[in-house]
Formats: sequence, C-alpha cells, structure tokens
Amino acid sequence: MQIEEQPTDQANALDLLINMGPQHPSTHGVFRLVIWVDGERIVRAEPHIGYLHRGAEKLCEDQQYSQVITMFDRLDYISNLNSELAFCVAVEKLMGVEVPERAEYIRVILCELNRIANHMLFYGVFGLDAGAMTPVLYGFRERENIQSLFESVTGARMMHNYFRVGGVNADLPEDFGSRLTALISQLKRAIEECDELLSQNEMFLARTKGIGVLDADEAISLGVTGPALRASGVLEDVRVSEPYSIYDRFDFGIPTGTIGDCWDRYYVRVEEMRQSLRIIDQAVAQMETGEIQARMRRIARPPKGEVYARTESPRGDLAVFLVSDGSDKPYRVKVRAPSFANLQALLPMLRDAFIADAVVVLGSTDIVLGEVDR
Amino acid sequence: MTLTEALYYSLGAAGLFGFLSVVVLVLTYAERKVLARIQQRLGPMRVGFFGTLQPFADAIKLMTKEDILPSWADRPVYWVAPVAVFLPAIMIWVTIPMARDLVLRNLDLGLFYISAISVLSVMGLLMAGWGSANKYAMLGGIRAAGQLISYEIPFIMAILAVAMLVQSLNLITIVDGQNNFGNALIQPLGLFIFVAAALAELGRTPFDIHHAESEVVGGPFVEYSGAHWAVFFLAEYMNTFTVAALTVLLFFGGWRWPAMPLDGAANSALSLAWFLAKTAVVIWVIFWIRATYPRLRIDQLMSFGWKLLVPLSFINIVITAIVLFYGWPLWSLTVMSLLLLGGTFYLIVKNPGTRMERHTVTVHEIRATGSKPIADQPQG
Repeated sequence: MQIEEQPTDQANALDLLINMGPQHPSTHGVFRLVIWVDGERIVRAEPHIGYLHRGAEKLCEDQQYSQVITMFDRLDYISNLNSELAFCVAVEKLMGVEVPERAEYIRVILCELNRIANHMLFYGVFGLDAGAMTPVLYGFRERENIQSLFESVTGARMMHNYFRVGGVNADLPEDFGSRLTALISQLKRAIEECDELLSQNEMFLARTKGIGVLDADEAISLGVTGPALRASGVLEDVRVSEPYSIYDRFDFGIPTGTIGDCWDRYYVRVEEMRQSLRIIDQAVAQMETGEIQARMRRIARPPKGEVYARTESPRGDLAVFLVSDGSDKPYRVKVRAPSFANLQALLPMLRDAFIADAVVVLGSTDIVLGEVDR
Repeated sequence: MTLTEALYYSLGAAGLFGFLSVVVLVLTYAERKVLARIQQRLGPMRVGFFGTLQPFADAIKLMTKEDILPSWADRPVYWVAPVAVFLPAIMIWVTIPMARDLVLRNLDLGLFYISAISVLSVMGLLMAGWGSANKYAMLGGIRAAGQLISYEIPFIMAILAVAMLVQSLNLITIVDGQNNFGNALIQPLGLFIFVAAALAELGRTPFDIHHAESEVVGGPFVEYSGAHWAVFFLAEYMNTFTVAALTVLLFFGGWRWPAMPLDGAANSALSLAWFLAKTAVVIWVIFWIRATYPRLRIDQLMSFGWKLLVPLSFINIVITAIVLFYGWPLWSLTVMSLLLLGGTFYLIVKNPGTRMERHTVTVHEIRATGSKPIADQPQG
C-alpha cells in the first residue's frame, strides 16, 4: 500500500486517497471524484471533470442550424428530446417563428415522455447506488417501452434528431394514439410499483434521509436548478416561471422537498413523473390535426442578434445563449447545462459524508457527463 | 487410526466435497433464476435446457481464465487468501448432519467447533484485501474484518441460547430435541438474531458492505480472476448453504418436525429430502432479501450490530436462563421472545424515517398569486 502525500492543510498525511472514477461502477459516466478518507469518513473531496469534453459548443459554430440539433442530441444523452427543444426554442425566439399548434403538442408530449424516461433511469440507477439491484431493472423496463414509442415516431431510440426549427421532422405515425394510451396506463401502474418498491423501504430511508443536505439559500447561490433545487424547498420551474412552448396551457403540480436531502431529491423526481403524465394526458386531449412545420425558408437564417432561451430539462434549467451573424450557421452557441451547475453543489453536500454516502449523493444529483463536459 | 477408518474419512471427505460442489453449482443457477423471476426477466436460458448447464459453462470459463497477479501484490498472501477463505467454509461441514446418520463426524462439541471455525474466514478476506495492493480491496478487507468480528458475537449468542434450551452442543441431539416442534416456535427472537447475524457473516445483502459494487468495486476480490476468484465464489455459496442448513438444524427441527416415517435407509433418504427442502426455503428467503433490499452503510451496520443485536442476544440468553432455571413452561419464553421481537421491529420501523408528506404545488396556485415562484423563497 502506498499512502499519498496530502496537498492541503485540511487533512493529514495519513488520509487515504481514493479515486472514484473515471473507471468506477458508481460514477455515472466518466466523472472522477478524488476523495481523501480517514477510515470511512471523507475529509476532502475533489471533483475532476472534462473526460468527455468534445468541444460541442465550438462544433456547433461550424454547422447549419438544422445540423446543430444533432449536436444537442448528444449533450444530455438521456433526455435527448429536451435538449433538442432547448435549441429549437432559442432559434425560434430569435427568428420570431410561430410554431404550429400540432407541432407544439407533439413536442410537449415527447418531451414529457422523455422526462419520465430520464427519471426512470435515475430511479433505477439511484437504487443501484444505494445497493438495491432490482429497481434498475424495473426502471429500465419502463424506459425501454418509452424508447420503443420514440423509435416509432422518430426512427431512433436515443439520438432522435426529430425536432426542427419551426416544428418537427414528421407527423406522428398512425398507431401513435393507441400506443400512447397503452403506454400511459402501463406507466401509471409502473410508477406506483416503483414507488412502492423503494421509496418507503426502511433501509433506503436510512441510506438517503438526512444525507447530502443542501439548504435552499446554498442551493440558490450555487445555481442549482431543477429537481435538485425543488428538493431544497424552492418552488422554481421554468415551465411555470417563464413558460416556453405551450406549457402555460397545462395544469400540473410542482413537487418540492422539505430539507433537500437525498431522499427529497429522489422523491421529487418520482412525483414529477406523475405530473408529467398529467401534462401528457391534457396534451393528448387538446391536440388537433394540422400543420407540423412552420412556413419558412428551408435553411434557417436568423437575423443578426442574440438570444437567451431557458427550458426546463429533466435535470434543471437548460438554457441556450445564441449569437447569430445573419448567416446559416450560429456565430456562438453557449449552453447553460443544469448538470454542470448542479455538480457544483457536490462538495457542500459531501460534508461529513462516508464513502458510501458519496455514491448516493452523486447519484442524487443525477448528472449526465455529456452535458457537464460538452 | 485403522486403514478402514482412514479410508472412510478420506472417502467421506471427498464425497462431501463433491456434494458441496454440486450444491454450489445448483445454488448459482438457482440464485440467478430466482433473482431473474423477481426482476421480471428470464435469467440464463441459452446453455442447456432453460439454462441448466450455465453453471458448468461458468465453471469452465473461470478455470480457463488467466490468473492475474498485480505487480505490487504481496505474493504469498495474495495466493493463500482464497484457500484461507475456502478451508473454513468446507471444514464446518465435517460436523453438520444432513440426516440422522449422514454426518462425517458427529462431534459432541459440534456447535463450539462450528462457531470456532466460522470466524477463520475473516483472516482470508483480510489477507485478500491486504495482498492485492489495491485501495478498494484494502478498504473492503478492513470492512469485512470489522463486520464479521462484530456479528460473530450475536451469532454465537443466538447459538448458545439454543444450546441452553437443548442442553447440548451436539447437533444431532439438538435436532432430536426438536422432535415435536422447532426451536423457532420457542425462540423467535433467537431466530431473528441468528438470521440477521448470519446474513452479515455471509456478507449478503443488506450487509454486503465489504464487497459493495458501487462503493469498493468488489472489495477484497477486486484483483482476483480465474480460478482463484472461483474459489472465493465457491466459499461464498458454500457458506450460504451452511447458514441455511444451520438455521434449519437449530431452529426448524432439521430432518424432524415432523419425523419421517419408515426406518432404515428409506427413513434416511426421506429425512435428507426433508432437510434439503427446508434448507432450500431458507436459501430462497436469503435470495429474496437480496433482490429487495438496499445496502446498509458501515456505521449503520455497526450500530445495528452493537446497539441492537448484541444487547438483544444477551437478553435472549437471560430470558432463556430464567425460564429454564425456574422451570416455567416453554410458551412463556415464546411470549417474551415475541414481545421483544415486536418491540425491536417497532424501534426499527420508527427510527430512521417518518413517512414524508408530499409538497406538490399546482400551477393554478402559482398563477393565482401572480408572482414569479422564486420570489417567495425559501419555504418548507
């Protein structure tokens, strides 16, 4: 055994340095968390990111607007459609394009389904982090159903490239309605099933309650958004505070937690799945036939200017800052990635944690490295 | 020792080893199938009929894999560790009877022997952790040492209470003592302590802390591969079987309760089948627990052991002693045990989490107030 030398004054030289990642079963991608432990207790932690940096923002500057959408698919590769939507909303805002009703409804339905798929994945993986092996299979089963519906609509399970500036690529397939109805009733059952399996499990509560507490003030000052912020008791949802697309037409709930521990972050997401289903129900009822693509030039050329558009992705406030020089390619694309901001809260959450807590806390932030590193 | 005796013991030991190996093969298959059933998948289906040959395929794969030696490893310690885990696992079986006459050597101090031998496997895990020159392995090894030593106390105390009840440490006598009803009916508290402690000894969920996948990446076994890893694996499943067998012998009346009809060889065969059936049920429960529970944290594990199981096991011994000393009827022990057990569960359920109330604010409420939600912060 070698014992590393300590670079800081916080810890003493006998603390053991442990690498969690980039190759570690619990790190959700290529994230490296270096921790110094005194026995089982973490005395210092240091996150390292950048293993998945592809220069995605820079690459966007060399693509036409319709091609950039494929780049956004690959940012948050768990909830691709929500990422696509963020970019489309930004360009439409800059161009002042009126998106047809039907296209908006299609977008909302797919995005909310994607939110459920994302939270289902979180549910399973979080269970795995806490040491329960069954939730992951339950979660993936539902996610798979949703993805096969996506496949029938967009032609791909994950990298959809389906949304377009001013609409969507193609209309829904004929059997979409019946498949969606079946899927919704299946999901309603599955969410309750998942809730029953894990949420009130004594050992799960023991592992997650009071762990990784992030209070509201700290969460706001660190720029935490999305379910992680709402878990701390802050009522903030871009879909409501700054409605985009047609989210102002729906009636749904915003779940919030009380103290911002891992359990709150977990349960907010479970509750959000139910609320997403409510949105989908309403959207299906309101949707009518019609155009799916706004009448505009085939190659989008937004006017000179800049725009900042916020959307609520499953992980939080996913915003796009876009600068256009009037050509068919964006001059600058800056993504405000919720995972990146939420990751900043990792260190405050790891105060007085044990090694096992580090895994649960990291799981509860629900980051996607494709979005953190870009 | 005469030649016949030597022949008897060596053949017996070989037979026992063969039997246990088959049991391990069956258990690996059974575990995968049981977990698959609970998790709504099929499990192994390709090799053989319904995947029945999968254990053999696994065995062949493990035997033919390269045995990797990390360059920093402490060689002798690293290579000896699997054996040090495996030997106690099989040595326990010398005195565990599977039917009245089906035992290699019926020791009068059988329980004492078992509790003495079962502690030894800690050393192997610690050696594996140290020898691998890997931090995860080291952490896992130390976790294993702390966990196994802590839980040895309630484990032995639960056994001791049974021995007091039957006034013997001989396993066959203990089983005979449960002719009419199993000890589980007299000592439900003892059963709970024994099973909880045994799960921790095994390192199975919810106590699989020392080889937690998501924390220490497999713990002491992280650097092992091929045949040496297979030996660890063999020992682990053998221990699972041992614990299930001990539970049945100590608390569920072994092959008695009810006693099998007929006599001679037919009786032995029936007894063996009955014993194995009971063991299978206990093993199934162990698998079931694995499929449904998350893992505890090391400090929670320690407080569960030292603050709950150890005091409870002492109380268990005291109430058993009182009942035996004053000659009270046995059902009074049952009542006291059940009361204590009920109190324990109440404590467990009440302790870590209360049911959370949900805060879901509907969009209507927010729109009615008219302000941006973030303005009226923080709440809750």
